[in-house]
Order: sequence, then C-alpha cells, then structure tokens
Amino acid sequence: MDALTLHRIHFAFTNTYHYLFPQLTMGLALLIVVLKTIALKSSDPHYEESARFWGRIFAVNFLLGVVTGIPMEFQFGTNWSEFSRRTGGVIGMPLAMEGIFSFFLESAFLGLFLFGQKKLPRWGHWASAVMVFVGSWISGFFIIVTNAWMQHPVAYTVSPGGIYEVGSFWGLLGNPWAWLEYTHNMSGAVITGAFVMSAVGALYLLQRRDEEYGRVFLKIGVIAGIVSCAVQVFPTGDLHGKYMAKHQPATVAAMEGLFHSEKGAGMVLLGQPDVEKQQIDNPLVVNKVLSFLIYGTTSAEVKGLDEFPKEDWPATLPLLYYSYHIMVGLGTYFLAVMGLAVFLLWRGKLYRSRWLLWPIMLSFPLPYIANTAGWITAEVGRQPWLVYGLIRTSEGYSKHIGAGTSLFTLIGFLGLYSVISILWIVLLYRFIQKGPNAPLHEASEGLTTA
Amino acid sequence: MGILWFWIVALMLAAYVVLDGFDIGVGVVYLLVAKTEAERSQALRAIGPVWDGNEVWLLAAGGTMFFAFPLLYASSFSGFYLPLMMVLWLLILRGLSVELRGHLQDPLWRSFFDVLFFLSSTALAIFFGSALANVVRGVPIGADGYFFLPLWTDWRPGPHPGILDWYTVLGGVLAMVALALHGALYLAVKTEGGLEHRALRLARRLGPAVAVLTLVSIPATVVARPNSLHNYETHPAAFLAPVAAFVGLVLVATALKARKAVRGFAASCLYLASMLTGAAAGLVPVLLPCVGTEGQDLTIDRALAGPHTLRVGLVWWSLGIALALMYFGIVYWLFRGKVPQEADGYGH
Repeated sequence: MDALTLHRIHFAFTNTYHYLFPQLTMGLALLIVVLKTIALKSSDPHYEESARFWGRIFAVNFLLGVVTGIPMEFQFGTNWSEFSRRTGGVIGMPLAMEGIFSFFLESAFLGLFLFGQKKLPRWGHWASAVMVFVGSWISGFFIIVTNAWMQHPVAYTVSPGGIYEVGSFWGLLGNPWAWLEYTHNMSGAVITGAFVMSAVGALYLLQRRDEEYGRVFLKIGVIAGIVSCAVQVFPTGDLHGKYMAKHQPATVAAMEGLFHSEKGAGMVLLGQPDVEKQQIDNPLVVNKVLSFLIYGTTSAEVKGLDEFPKEDWPATLPLLYYSYHIMVGLGTYFLAVMGLAVFLLWRGKLYRSRWLLWPIMLSFPLPYIANTAGWITAEVGRQPWLVYGLIRTSEGYSKHIGAGTSLFTLIGFLGLYSVISILWIVLLYRFIQKGPNAPLHEASEGLTTA
Repeated sequence: MGILWFWIVALMLAAYVVLDGFDIGVGVVYLLVAKTEAERSQALRAIGPVWDGNEVWLLAAGGTMFFAFPLLYASSFSGFYLPLMMVLWLLILRGLSVELRGHLQDPLWRSFFDVLFFLSSTALAIFFGSALANVVRGVPIGADGYFFLPLWTDWRPGPHPGILDWYTVLGGVLAMVALALHGALYLAVKTEGGLEHRALRLARRLGPAVAVLTLVSIPATVVARPNSLHNYETHPAAFLAPVAAFVGLVLVATALKARKAVRGFAASCLYLASMLTGAAAGLVPVLLPCVGTEGQDLTIDRALAGPHTLRVGLVWWSLGIALALMYFGIVYWLFRGKVPQEADGYGH
C-alpha cells in the first residue's frame, strides 16, 4: 500500500474507533439530564439511582472517548501536514475553540458530577449534569463545523500560495451544511444512547431482575428513541440529503447507485453496484421515489454519475453505496422497533411483551453500525476531495512520512485499541451484571478513584 | 500580533506543564511513596477530579498553535511524528490507569494499573523533557519548512541530530526529576499520614538532584545551541526568567527544610514556569530553530496565520480562557484541602 492509502486508513481507523464512545456519551448525557430532572421532581428514588448507574457507564465511555480523541487532534499535523499548513487558518479555529470552550467545561463538571454529589446541593449536582451535557454537545458542534467546512467550504479567503484563512467568523460557524450535519449527527447520538439504555432495561426485564429499573430504562429509552429516530429521518436526514444533492451531486449519484441521469429516477432499495458495467445487479427499485425525495416531484431529473468526469467520482464507490444503504436501512428498522415499543408502552403492554424485549435487547450494536455507516457515507462521499472542490485528498498528506512509518503507528493503534476494547467489555459487563442495586462499596468503588 | 500569539501558546504550554506536571509527577513517585492500598487510592483521589482538566491545556495549546501558526503545527507535528505518536500512546495508557484501576476490587487488576501508571507517567515526563530540548536545540528544517527526524543518529547535537542525543536525554532526565519533585510536593500538600510523610522525605532527596541537573543544563544548552544566548545578550531583561527559576529552587529548599509543603509546591510551580519562560525567551521570534544549512529557522512571521483569523481569535480566546479559569477556580476550590484517607466518592 502506498503512503496516501495508509495515511487515510490511519485516520479512518482511529477516528471510527474514537467515535464509538462519543456517540454514546453525547446521547447518554442528554438522557442523564432527563433522569436527573425527573428525579428532582419525583418522589420515586429509582430515577436518582438510575442516573447514578448510567453516570458510571457514562464515565468509562467518556474516559475512552477522551483518550482516543487526543490522537485525532494530533493527526491533522502528524499525518495530514500539507492539509494543516494550507487550511490551519480556517479549521484550526473550530478545533481550538473545541478545546477551550468544551473540553475545559466537560472535564471540570464531570469531576463535579462524579465526585460532588455530597459536596453539592441537589440542584448543584443537577446543574453539573447539565453542564456535562452542554459541554459534550458544544464539542460535537465544533467538530462538525470543522468537517462541514471540508464538505462545503464557505467564508474563506485564499492566498495565491494556496493558504486558506477565515473570511467571516460567523459565516464559518453559520455554514448551513454544519447545522444540517450537526442536528443529524446529534440525533444519531441520541439514538445510540436510547438503544443502549433500552437494551439494558429489556435485559433486566427478560432476566426478571431489577425490574423497577428495567422499566425506567425502557420508558426513557424508547421515548427518547422514537423522538430521535423520527428527527433523524425528518427533518434532519431529509434536508441534509436535499442540500447534499445540490452541492455534492456526484456523491449523491454514487450513494444511490445512479450511474445514468434519469427523469423520474427510482430509489434502489437493494442491489449490488457493478462499477465496471455501470449498473446495479439484482436491483429492487421503487419507481420515481428518488426524484420525489430530492426535488419534491416525481418527474424531476436526477443527475447520474455519467454527468461527472470519472476522476471526480468517489473512488471507492461500493463502500459509499453500501454504507449509505446500511444507514438508511437500519434507520428504517429503528423507527419500526421504537414505534412499536412506544405504542405498546402507551397501551401499557411493553413491559410484558417479551417478544419485543428480545429484539430491543439485541439491537444495541445496530445504532453504532448505523452512525459509523453514516460517517463513512459522509467521508467517502467527499472523496476524491479533502476540501470539497478545493483540495484533493492526494495533496494533503504528510509527504515526509513514509508508508512504513505510517503502518508502524497504525499497527500500534490497532494493538492498543484491541486492549481498550477488552477492558471496555469487561467493565461494562461488570456494571450491567451488578446492576443499579449492587452493594454500593463494590460497584461504585471504581469512581472513588475515577 | 505574532509576538502576542507566541506568548499565548507558550503560556498555555507552561500552564500544561505546571498543572499536568504534578499529575505526571505523582505517577513517577507513586510506587515509591504510596505503599498500601489505602495510600494508593488516596494518591489517585488527589489527582482524580483534576487530571483530565489539566491535560486539556495540552490540547488547547495544540489547537491554538494549529490556528495561529499553521506552518509550525504542520511542520513540527509531522517532523516529530514518531515521538508524538508515542506520547499519544502514553497519554492513553496514563488516562486508562488513573481511571480504570479502581473499578475492580481484584488485587491483580489493581497491581497491573499501578505499574502502568508509573511507567506511562515516567516515560511521559522523559518524552516531554526531550521534546522541549529538541525545540531548543533545533532541527534540520528543509527548504519547504518540513523535516523528519530519526529517533537517533550519532547521539550528538549537530547538523544531523536525532530525537535523542546526549542533550535531549539530559532534558528528559531533568524533566523526570523535576516533575517527580513537583508531584511529591503535590502529594505532600494533598494527602496525610504515611503518604504525606514519605512524599516530603522523597522531595527532600529530589531537590538537590533538580538543582544539580538545572545547573548542568545551562552550559549544556549553550554547547548544544551556541546561538541560544543571543536574545539574552540583546535583552538582558530575559535573565529574569532563569533568576526566577533559581529563586524557585531556593524557595523549594527552604520550604522543605521548614516542612511547609504548600510553600514548596508553589515554589516548584514558579521553578517550572520560569524554566519554560526562559526557554521561550531564548527562542523568540524563532519558533523552531534550524540546524544544518539547507533551510532556515521557522519564525513567527513565516508561520503566522492571517490578520483577520488572529483578530477574531483573540476575542473568543480571551472569553474562553476566562471561562476556563472560572471552571478551574470552582473545581479546585470545591476539592480544596487534604484528601481524606477514606474513600468518599460518587455512589456512596
């Protein structure tokens, strides 16, 4: 493999792995605020205890998000130095703002949340949970601003030497792409949090243990789940897709597997893209839906890949096509499961519907897959551009860092992250196994030093 | 504007060294001073609520450098590729060991993280010290502003240096000993009982070692980079920094004699901050000196971002740092005083 490919895999792997943690913590942060808020008003002690239980799980995932996140900020310079040199005057800004506005906030108030329950009044502890939530969502915002500028560069000036600078601060933060991507991404994070919380609730009910907690987790989980799953499709997914069709038409054509321009284009539900022959094998197509989704009319023409020069096609087209279809397919499934669960909750039957508790319990890995597939769609879809339309990916990497060196550190990360995965499984298994009612000195011993 | 941002980044890095320096220092002396399970838990609880926030100064400084000096960020991060990656791995391992150790009661689990905490912290101290020494000594910057350093060459600073040579190793050892002292003093401030006692005793032994190594490092710097006195000759006010460092060391010594841990820790903060200020004062307006003949020094003017970026940056930076200082004030105030010997955390 050449150096460029290895630098890409290096960033893709470390970033994909990293995002397994923030997607849960950003979602859980919101759900913990919900639990703490109900606990303030309610006389039912299970909400406070539930917040404490999820606080423990949050803390471990937050830690892993922090330690795997540091390499992300360094890798812009280590592996993508040409990109950094030319665009640091733009993307360095939101990245620095993330550190200063979010990381300080998160780290300080997480410390208060975990250590301060006795030192703080009730409202103070609630406020520290809110601040952790705010901090983690600000962090997500600045990262998305950075990514959105790469997807859809706005508000910049460029020197003759190809050095980019911020032209308008508010233009950078107000990038429409950023706001669409942010809302879509954050509701995706809430989906992960909601599914994980529901899955643990379903597990307890199926095991007939800690059932009071199982009911709390399920109730909060499926309500948050149905809201976030709906928001994920409409309006965020819908608007994001339309905006993308306008500004990255080649990407949308590749995502949908549309090789040729078509009036009244259909949407491919299933099928295998054959890039050589430029066709979808074994297609299962719904007629005219694609034209309708993008343009609001069934007769509009959707541009196919044949409209674009081949060097501007996303290079790994099947990966893009499958990622997008996995994301959409899973999103549809989430909506169905959560819709059914909320209906049964409303009818008072959810806690006894073991046939539905099983799929809820088993579905917790799926939002991770869907969020990851969504990010692969965004990032592979941006190819062959590093900054869409401005800088090609092949221009941006560190020319002085050879393939062997990049492979060496990639292997290092693979090894280290394998260890982290094992630790994560061991600890999460223990937390869930012991449950919210575990003898305090055992289950919570960890956070006395955490 | 460039000079201002130079000092902003330098001060953020100094804040990182002073703050996360004591977390790292605690790791270096951890196995020596914390013997029993209760003491180890107490030592970790002394840094528990603050280490993560302290580490953020490194990220915030890195991010600030990224947008204020894009060329410096691109050149130095890629040029120091291998050591930086190792620093990342060590930061990961240090964070894991501080946080995960307490989650299981199992003695094997805890011993594993004890040793990991010690090893990762010690290696971090050495890496950071030699990183600073690399910057002071200079690197072989090419005409395009980039460089790539091998881990070692002939162990001599010269036209073809490696990451490691006698000078940068000296920097690493000095940093390890100085941060060990810093961490021991912090533990003496924050803990009680046998742990406090042993930390103070160790600090008294480390003090003279830091003094000797500091004294050696000054002529060594002049040998490694003869140019490094230039700024001091043209701006004698710069001598305030090394003088302050020595005042710091003397104050550490007198405080230790009087068994005043708080005073000793404050003096150690002064020492570390002054050492870094002194190094920065020797460099400015150079960000990364060049050795060899091919390229030229990476200066503020060459690396600086555009004026609009920097003006806007100054506004939000000031606001953000004011907020950050407020958070630090709240956290350190709430966790003021000695850490109790008995655990009293979330969930009790």
